[in-house]
Amino acid sequence: MSSRDWPLWEVFIRSKQGLDHKHVGSLHAADAQMAIEHARDVYTRRLEGVSIWVVKSSDIHASNPDDKPAFYDPAEDKVYRHPTFYTVPDAVKHM
Amino acid sequence: MSIQAVNSDQQALEAAFQAKVDAETKIEPKDWMPEGYRRNLIRQIAQHAHSEIIGMQPEGNWLTRAPTLRRKAVLMAKVQDEAGHGLYLYSAAETLGASREELLDGLHSGRMKYSSIFNYPTLSWADIGAIGWLVDGAAIVNQVALCRTSYGPYARAMVRICKEESFHQRQGYEIMMTLAQGSAQQKAMAQDALNRWWWPALMMFGPSDKDSPHSAQSMKWKIKRNSNDELRQKFIDMTVPQAEYLGLTIPDPALRWNAERGHYDFGEIDWAEFHQILQGNGPCNRQRLRTRIQAHEEGRWVREAALAHAEKQRLRAEAQAA
Repeated sequence: MSSRDWPLWEVFIRSKQGLDHKHVGSLHAADAQMAIEHARDVYTRRLEGVSIWVVKSSDIHASNPDDKPAFYDPAEDKVYRHPTFYTVPDAVKHM
Repeated sequence: MSIQAVNSDQQALEAAFQAKVDAETKIEPKDWMPEGYRRNLIRQIAQHAHSEIIGMQPEGNWLTRAPTLRRKAVLMAKVQDEAGHGLYLYSAAETLGASREELLDGLHSGRMKYSSIFNYPTLSWADIGAIGWLVDGAAIVNQVALCRTSYGPYARAMVRICKEESFHQRQGYEIMMTLAQGSAQQKAMAQDALNRWWWPALMMFGPSDKDSPHSAQSMKWKIKRNSNDELRQKFIDMTVPQAEYLGLTIPDPALRWNAERGHYDFGEIDWAEFHQILQGNGPCNRQRLRTRIQAHEEGRWVREAALAHAEKQRLRAEAQAA
């Protein structure tokens, strides 16, 4: 990245009270305060949010997509973690 | 590793990539992708972003002269949206490894293009109506198709843009309706704007499929989902009845309903004009770029001051913590 660009920030928005913050995109800003203000102007022009998080993109660590098969392998053969794995007789209610 | 092994690795990666695209699995920033796919996407997304940013100028021209406070507030909101849309798209392009500075340099140096439509002047207030109705209308047809594009960040930006953009077209049509139902002079203004914007709006879909250099590969990679000619036809079919409702005449003597095709037939587009504008010889090309570069240069000290301030705050916070 060029040194003349402002740092890149990832923006997360809680759309309403009770819901998780969700990633909505990114923007450039000189510091965190400016990133929050820009996020308001860029991502909430129609009241899309009640709370904004910004995180410097360089501070995010991500899993490697190339490792996907091996990385998620442990969960692949454990269908018994899902309720549909079990048979419940029709006569048994509320389960 | 031998050259053969490297080549077959490359082929395997490309085949796996194409299989993902064919299965409608979205491609995300860190996934492997062919260099051509990356380049083609950066070109298309940047061109789209530049169009949003340059597109603020023809409309900005009427902000101080909008006929009522309501019209002014609406137009201001629309121009702000265009800035926002440019930013969503620049961010999407940056996920592919292009820096913001490179993208802006590309625009300012003329290496990268923006939509030819923004090189026409906005001569009367009716042009603001015609732009919302026709230019945003054409953009929406294009963008709705792109909501299903194969690259995740681009598709997500498109969804957001489409949601916001439908008000743009409606406000334009409302202006046209008011003028078309007004005095004879107002109706003539609306007709004049339609006369000047109709053909440039049709050109927004790009060259005819047979002359479109990037189309076939872009369709295969699902960067583009519909051909230029398909989308142009769709726009014409949607728009002709809207013009009829206004009581305005589309400036194309060859325009007529073709019951057999189930579409409107239309006249030949003046591609020589389109290419002249792409080469920088439209009525406003130089003015648009000059204004953009001037805004960028005059904002330089603000960008630098903000960085210096942030650095000072950081050092002060560090000193206090120590």
